[in-house]
Order: sequence, then C-alpha cells, then structure tokens
Amino acid sequence: MSAADLSIAEAQAQLASGALSSVELTEAVLARASMTEAQLHSFLHIDHAGARAAAEAADSKIADGTGGSLAGIPIALKDNMVTEGIETTCSSKILSGWVPPYDGALSQAMKAADAVMVGKTNLDEFAMGSSTENSAFGTSRNPWDTDRVPGGSSGGSAVAVTIGSALGSFGSDTGGSIRQPASLCGIVGMKPTYGLVSRFGLIAFASSLDQIGPFSRTVQDSVSLLEAAAGPDKMDATSYKGAYPNFGGSLGKGVSGLRIGVVKEFGGEGQEAGVTARFDATVAALEAAGAEVLEVSLPHAKYSVSTYYLIAPAECSANLARFDGVRYGLRVDGETVEDMMRKTRAEGFGPEVTRRILLGTYALSAGYYDAFYGQARRLRTLVIRDFATAYETCDVLVSPTSPTTAFKIGERSQDPLAMYLSDIYTIPSNLAGHPAISVPVGSDDLGLPVGFQIMAPALGEEMMYQVADAVETLMGRSPMPVLSEVAS
Amino acid sequence: MTSCGYCALFLVLVLVLVLVVLGAVNSVPMAIEIDIAHVARLARLGIPEEELAAYGEQLEVILEHAAAVQGADTEGVKPTAHPLGITNAFRQDEVRPSLDRAAVLEQGPDTTDEYFRVPPAMETE
Repeated sequence: MSAADLSIAEAQAQLASGALSSVELTEAVLARASMTEAQLHSFLHIDHAGARAAAEAADSKIADGTGGSLAGIPIALKDNMVTEGIETTCSSKILSGWVPPYDGALSQAMKAADAVMVGKTNLDEFAMGSSTENSAFGTSRNPWDTDRVPGGSSGGSAVAVTIGSALGSFGSDTGGSIRQPASLCGIVGMKPTYGLVSRFGLIAFASSLDQIGPFSRTVQDSVSLLEAAAGPDKMDATSYKGAYPNFGGSLGKGVSGLRIGVVKEFGGEGQEAGVTARFDATVAALEAAGAEVLEVSLPHAKYSVSTYYLIAPAECSANLARFDGVRYGLRVDGETVEDMMRKTRAEGFGPEVTRRILLGTYALSAGYYDAFYGQARRLRTLVIRDFATAYETCDVLVSPTSPTTAFKIGERSQDPLAMYLSDIYTIPSNLAGHPAISVPVGSDDLGLPVGFQIMAPALGEEMMYQVADAVETLMGRSPMPVLSEVAS
Repeated sequence: MTSCGYCALFLVLVLVLVLVVLGAVNSVPMAIEIDIAHVARLARLGIPEEELAAYGEQLEVILEHAAAVQGADTEGVKPTAHPLGITNAFRQDEVRPSLDRAAVLEQGPDTTDEYFRVPPAMETE
C-alpha cells in the first residue's frame, strides 16, 4: 500500500508518530499523479517544486510541534481559486497564462493550516457544466471507467482524491458541482451553508449560489478540511459572521431517534434503477439503525432547475463582464475598444460559457426581466419555505445525489438541457443556501459508484455530518479504483 | 377643460394601458422569440454570423423549459437575493496596502509603466 492511499486522519496519525514524513507522503502523491495523469487528466497544473518545499517546511513544523491543522497533508485546489504565483485559468482560454499576484482566502487558509498544495485541478470552463467536458484544456476521466465523465464542474478535484493524487481537495458548488462529481467518483463531497467559506479569490460564477467545499475519502476527513477552510472574512461581504457549527461534534453518535425525510418529488422518471436500489438499501439501513423515516414534500422542487437556469446565468452574465481583454488574460486586437472586447470575448469563451452569458443577458434584458429573473427570485423564496416546512417534521432530508451514475463522454455534450437535468437533486440546496453532502453507498451493476445526499437546514452541518458518518459506517467506505486498470 | 387637464387625462390613460400590458406579461406564458444578434451585442460577444442561429435555437429550447417558472403562483411573494437574508455587512475602514502596481500591470495584455492601454474608444475617421 502506498501512502497515497491513506485517508487524511490515517496520514495525520503516521505523521504525528514519525512513521511517515510529509516529504515521503508528498512524493507518494506526486508519483501517483505522474502514473495516472496521462489517462485521467485531473490537474491543469502540478506544482512539484512548491509542493516539495511546502512538505519540507511542514515536516520541520511537525517536528517542533507548531504545525497547523492540516500540516503536511497534500491537497489540491480547483483552478477557479486564485493562487499567488501559480497560473489560474478557470479552464478558459480567456484566462490562459494568468498568474495571480495574490492568494484568495482558501489558498491563504491552506497555507495557514500548513497543507501541501499539490496543484490546480481541471473543471468545466468557469465551473459551468456537469462533466468537465467544457474545459478548454481537455476532459478529465472517471477512474472507474475512463470512457465516462467524472462529473463536474469540479471533476478534476474529485478524480485527484479518488485516485490518491491528493488526500483531500476543494471544489466549488453552484448547483451541485462538488456533490455530483463526488457521487460519480465514489468519494465524499460537501457543500457548506452559504457564507461559511469565504469566496474572496474564488473567481465568481453566480455569487448568490457559489460556495467552496471539500472532497475527501472519508466523512471525518471532510470535517477536517472544512474546519480549516471555514470562518468569517472581511474580504467577503457575504461571509457569515455569526456562531459557526461544531462540524464534527456529533460524529459517531449514530442515527437512533433522528427523523429522516425522503423527498417524494425526487426519484421519478430519469432515475436509474441502480441508483434507486442503492438509495433504498441505504434508507433501509438507516431505519434499521433506529432512524425514523418519513416521506416529505418539496412542492416547488419541480421548478428548481428552471429557477437555477435563470438565476445562475443572470449572475454569470454580470460577473463575466470583467473578462474584457483589458487587465488580464487574452486580448484579440480590434479597431475600437468595444470591437476589441467583442472579439476577445468571442474568441476566449467556450460554447457553454457563451450560451450562459447570452441566456443571462436575455433574462435580464428590458421587457423580460420580471417574467424570468424576477419570477425566479420569487420562486427561490418558495423553495426556501418548502424546506422550512419539511424541517418542521424532519432533522435531515435525503435523496440520491444524482439521478444517474457516470455517463459516457460525449453522451450529453450536444444537449445542454439533458446536461442541466444532472443537477436536479442538488440544485434546491444551492437555491436555499443550505448545507448538503454526498456520501458513497456502493455501486450499480456496471461497478459505477452511487452517491447518497444528506441535506440539512442552514448551519445544520453538525447533524448533516452525524448522519453522513452513520451512512459511511453502515454502508462501508468506498474502495479505491484498481490502479493497474487505470494506468494501463 | 384646460390644456393641462387634457395632459393629465392623457397620462392617466397611458398609465392604465401600461399596467394592462404589464399584467398580461405577468400572467400569460410568453412565446419565446429571441433576437439573438441583439442579445449578443448587449453581451459584447462578437459571435460569428454563422454560429448565431444555433445559439438562438439552443436558447429557445432552454428558455421554453425555464418558462415553467411562470406557471408558479408567486402572488405576494418577496424575491430572495441572499439565501440567509444577511443585509448590510460593515467593516472598519482601515488603510491597507493595495496590490503592487507593477505586479498587476505585468499581467495585462498591453500596458505602459502606469496604465493599461486600450484601442480608441471612438472610431477614427
């Protein structure tokens, strides 16, 4: 067994006892990446020199007892998070070659925790997509079947942790972009309550929905990563300033007496039988472990995807106005400044980003604003009220994370609407700003992982993790893919 | 009636007409027709002519699905902008160093010692 196969908690125990050094651990992770990258393409950039230097520094700190909470642990960041001195592209031609002159909040937090940043991971361009097929720099592949997508948009971050090219990683989740790839790759992926992790230095897609969260192989590791990332930040005006939950405070307590709601509107047409089978088995296991299982209704959930695909593109069309060829990235020359901007943006943005900017611009334009964007924002209020009603009778809600397991590369890329419907179970938590997590619960007949989603009310992370931990104990930790098959 | 009175009557009639039209827009699902060239102009996207029609068709399909939102009864419902309802966020107005100008300008596609340089804002004769 390679050190790259360890969970964060296991690695921390070995680092603390001196059985393993961060340099050894980091070399094991870098070796795993060089063995698998040609096939899986989880990274856009691997920082070999920076990772080795950070590992050496972490080893000295561990030796003298001053290491931070993730001292010596190799992690990866999605390439929409700003890293000083390391190219940050959002998988877009328009930012190709941009080397940020500053660190975003997450990069700062990881340095403060003495984590070892291995590299920047692949994503759908500007985090818009559910497969990484929209990356301008190539598609990442699912380690369980390399003809299939890893999910997205944070697909690269999911693959890196699945395969051991990092022990943990971070992604961003606007409509499911952490939970869906975690589900398709068979690992743990979590979106916190809106505002718990600073968005300073997260290149904005849809500001009222975007939230950074961790990928890990275990629930315990998810807690450790979130603890290092969460906290108020004066650089983010939407950052949460109140009391933070004790994320891991109820791990190991089980689910006896907890009320678990199954959303009755989910699970209809389009959900695969293999997904339904694993979901039902997990709910049965929770019930056998003492949970009370209830059916609940989210009557406006059927509007969620439509609501999301008005709000997210509207916000994206405003946020992406900053990419105009003036201050960074690509410029295509033109006769006038406006001509230059039009040419630069047409050349720099890929088809999905272009589509969403057009969609958002239309939804915000005179004459359509209230019928589309205004109505979507009112529906968002109704979705929040639905959740509030459901939480009067339940502690948490559960559903499959994705209606399907990993789909084939190319299968949905020509049909934007089919791709959008991948996010049908994850979007409501983004609209409401609530926390949600995907935990692996086995696989379908093809051996493809299935994820189980646990949703909780705002700031309900402690109970969400309590249930996630129970699911992991009941259903077993997901195995790692067989590497000889991946590398061959 | 004074000319001012006619003015007032006219304005009231216009207002009523506008309200009637707005009410109709709100209650009837609209047929989706997109002037895609106009939208692309608003978004400063110089999409080649031959690609525009395909984008227009895709947008119509997506918007026909999204138009489902108009079927929901949202009478009297307030819109949500921030999911947790956080309103004003204040911090101390502390003086702190900004990013190093040279380091920022280094990333620009066309710069002088102190500025980003762009083509002329108006067409030259």
